Amino acid sequence: MSDMNLTLHIWRQAKGTAAGAMKTYQVKGISEHASFLEMLDVLNEQLQEKGEEPVAFDSDCREGICGMCSLVINGRPHGPDAGTTTCQLHMRRFKNGDEIYVEPFRAGAFPVVRDLCVDRKAFDDIVAAGGYVTANVGSAPDANAVPIPKEQADRAFDAAACIGCGACVAACPNSSAMLFTAAKVAHLAHLPQGQPERLRRVKAMVTAMDAAGFGNCSNHYECEAACPKGISKDYIALMNRDYAKSVFVAKDAKAGSDGAG
Amino acid sequence: MNLDARIPSGPIAEKWNRAKFELKLVNPANKRKYSVIVVGSGLAGGAAAATLAELGYNVACFCFQDTPRRAHSIAAQGGINAAKNYQNDGDSIHRLFYDTVKGGDFRAREANVHRLAEVSVDIIDQCVAQGVPFAREYGGTLANRSFGGAQVSRTFYARGQTGQQLLIGVYQALARQIAAGKVTMFNRTEMLDVVTVDGRAAGIVVRDLVTGKIESHSAHAVILATGGYGNVFYLSTNAMGSNVTATYRAYKRGAAFANPCYTQIHPTCIPVSGDYQSKLTLMSESLRNDGRIWVPKKAEDVAKASKDPASIPDEDRDYYLERKYPSYGNLSPRDIASRAAKEACDDGRGVGPGGRGVYLDFRDAIKRDSQAKIAEKYGNLFDMYARITGENPYRQPMRIYPAVHYTMGGLWVDYHLQSTIPGMFVLGEANFSDHGANRLGASALMQGLADGYFIISYTLGHYLAGINAATGKVGTDHPEFKRVEADVKGRVDKLMSIGAKGKRTVDSFHKALGNIMWEKCGMARTKEGLTEALKAIPALREEFWQDVKVLGERETFNQSLEKAGRVADFLEFAELMCQDALEREESCGGHFRTEYQEAGEAKRDDDRFCHVAAWEYQGEDKKPVRHVEPLTFETVKLATRSYK
Repeated sequence: MSDMNLTLHIWRQAKGTAAGAMKTYQVKGISEHASFLEMLDVLNEQLQEKGEEPVAFDSDCREGICGMCSLVINGRPHGPDAGTTTCQLHMRRFKNGDEIYVEPFRAGAFPVVRDLCVDRKAFDDIVAAGGYVTANVGSAPDANAVPIPKEQADRAFDAAACIGCGACVAACPNSSAMLFTAAKVAHLAHLPQGQPERLRRVKAMVTAMDAAGFGNCSNHYECEAACPKGISKDYIALMNRDYAKSVFVAKDAKAGSDGAG
Repeated sequence: MNLDARIPSGPIAEKWNRAKFELKLVNPANKRKYSVIVVGSGLAGGAAAATLAELGYNVACFCFQDTPRRAHSIAAQGGINAAKNYQNDGDSIHRLFYDTVKGGDFRAREANVHRLAEVSVDIIDQCVAQGVPFAREYGGTLANRSFGGAQVSRTFYARGQTGQQLLIGVYQALARQIAAGKVTMFNRTEMLDVVTVDGRAAGIVVRDLVTGKIESHSAHAVILATGGYGNVFYLSTNAMGSNVTATYRAYKRGAAFANPCYTQIHPTCIPVSGDYQSKLTLMSESLRNDGRIWVPKKAEDVAKASKDPASIPDEDRDYYLERKYPSYGNLSPRDIASRAAKEACDDGRGVGPGGRGVYLDFRDAIKRDSQAKIAEKYGNLFDMYARITGENPYRQPMRIYPAVHYTMGGLWVDYHLQSTIPGMFVLGEANFSDHGANRLGASALMQGLADGYFIISYTLGHYLAGINAATGKVGTDHPEFKRVEADVKGRVDKLMSIGAKGKRTVDSFHKALGNIMWEKCGMARTKEGLTEALKAIPALREEFWQDVKVLGERETFNQSLEKAGRVADFLEFAELMCQDALEREESCGGHFRTEYQEAGEAKRDDDRFCHVAAWEYQGEDKKPVRHVEPLTFETVKLATRSYK
């Protein structure tokens, strides 16, 4: 139960168009009960007291569900603990005297906004391309009208648990967004409500994913290892199957959606 | 100030139907001629933006996060109530209505609550149609569980992540409208002011958080769905970015703020562990089904109990909720359980660091049902607890303490959800309307989606039908926009110029304010304490405007500047909260005035306070005026809540 002193190497970059560099800071008196982001809060207070601008980083809910926090910590998106977002990583995982390297999620499709913050709007574009069920308010039948077997609903939930943080992209040597996209495809493919648009959806989403500049999957599965929510790589196989089908079947998919997966 | 709630006439169960028929419509071809601003992208705002766009209106939607999918609705765990009666256990719209009015300690407007209960059933249908993966039974039908304040199982849920799944449904509907070009989305954009022209809402002034540019947007109507103000306490279960700025700025431009003192303190949160702490984490209410809450009977046992809780024999433990409220026991309502925990700690019997904690013990449940059974029910919560505290809750009891969780107060709205500024509507937690002085579990999600999916489309249409599409929208080149923009810029400049020389960080001021509010306007309030707070807050505010440190530049991505603006508003709003708490000389729901109690229980004063307090801003350093909207209970009989 002793406080820690740490050496931090942190990526600093004034804005998207500026050059960035790693900078070294000493931070003192960190409690083992603090979260990683609270440790950065302490650093920022110390920096400001010295007249230095604080390190910019994203976070909001700080309970592992909003997906806003990011960071590559010692080379791993969301740090060393499996199934844990950065905001839920705690300092008891580290020890006094440790050196910690902190960088943004790096990918061509996630440009740096400042320091450790990146722009993940490309994910919004993928969902907007087709990651929904077309169901206007007012048109819904009774919720129990279509029974959905529990196992199927559970599988849909497992895929829908994705928080859209982008760790999968940051972990991938190709900066591929296959796991993210496949999670949404699988969520809706497991439900009867998702069937009418199933092939049109996968085709449009894969096209948008390619257009945003994400790379291809070459089966490293780093994405699955980095995912804080345990999204299974198996969904990528499902997406690829559906995509292959869509190329032959979905003739009416949106214009310009002929990209390769 | 006109506080006409515009409640439709007729019997309570027919009011909404009648309103739907009487409200004017906008012809489908004309809808595209109208534009609407929606601030906030959570369950209320996101649902409103998507639904209005589906109808054909042109929507501009704003959120301060990097994508609309991160709004704080996402963090809701437990579930969403709806009067479906799928369990055949006697539920009905009337029962949900009744439970909500009673749970709110008779401080909500009956007509609004009844409408909420009516549309609750449609919400579940809509969410399922969108692909929300609610929990199901093996036969394929929807599963339910029960929550506090109800005797039926009407809560729909998606594991412990109901808010997330509902918000993803909203986000997907919103994304579809963004792709269709009907919603223009502004991410990382914060609303800093409202513009009114000739007394009507004409638009907003925002700051692009990436470039720092101040810009104006105009529309035929403005919808605020910007959530609650729990972060006035600094430590709360709210997200880091949750703030009062949008609603407070609207208040300063003429919107009445109703019942700001109504805040909900949730009894089961992980206690504060140090002064570095940035937020508090909720442990779901459902844990109280199996966990037993206790502290040592004797203060001298505290050290021993903190070190090794198992060493305290049963006869030396005080299971205080079971002792004081034998019929509800550990499942007593939130406000009551919270106050009892505070009392035990004030009595010197709190456990853990700083003595601000009580035990939530699963020893007996594990002995009775096996560890595997308990893990199956609460595994994810136990894991989260272990991750945050480093303690194993299967071996030793959880330490919990109450924390600020939700705010029932908000901008005053009428039955149409319109504020006292015509053309400005307020949805979700940002308004005050449905929960009275205490919100029941699983009702926040219900209200957000009710407002966004099912109510605003009718009432906004009625408003727009009375406005000329061509002449009813003022351009952002209007002098009033320029004036408000100049105000906003002036304020940002002031923060930056003080900030360059200031010595004390924004967080340090925020923490100091949080301390005042928690001590003086938290779980138990007194005239004396509130009076002290009303002196301490202006002093702190003055210091803030002389010594706050904000580094960096104005026209960049500057998180210190963002926070400084929010904390500056909290520093003013806190005073309004304390004023409201001081003048409400009764105890009701989450508002507990120590002077007004009977045998330790909250004592309402229906003769003097059966009303909504709506505050009207009067200008810098002037006391706001307290207006009153009387509440009449025609359907549910006024009664004292008892849980003994």
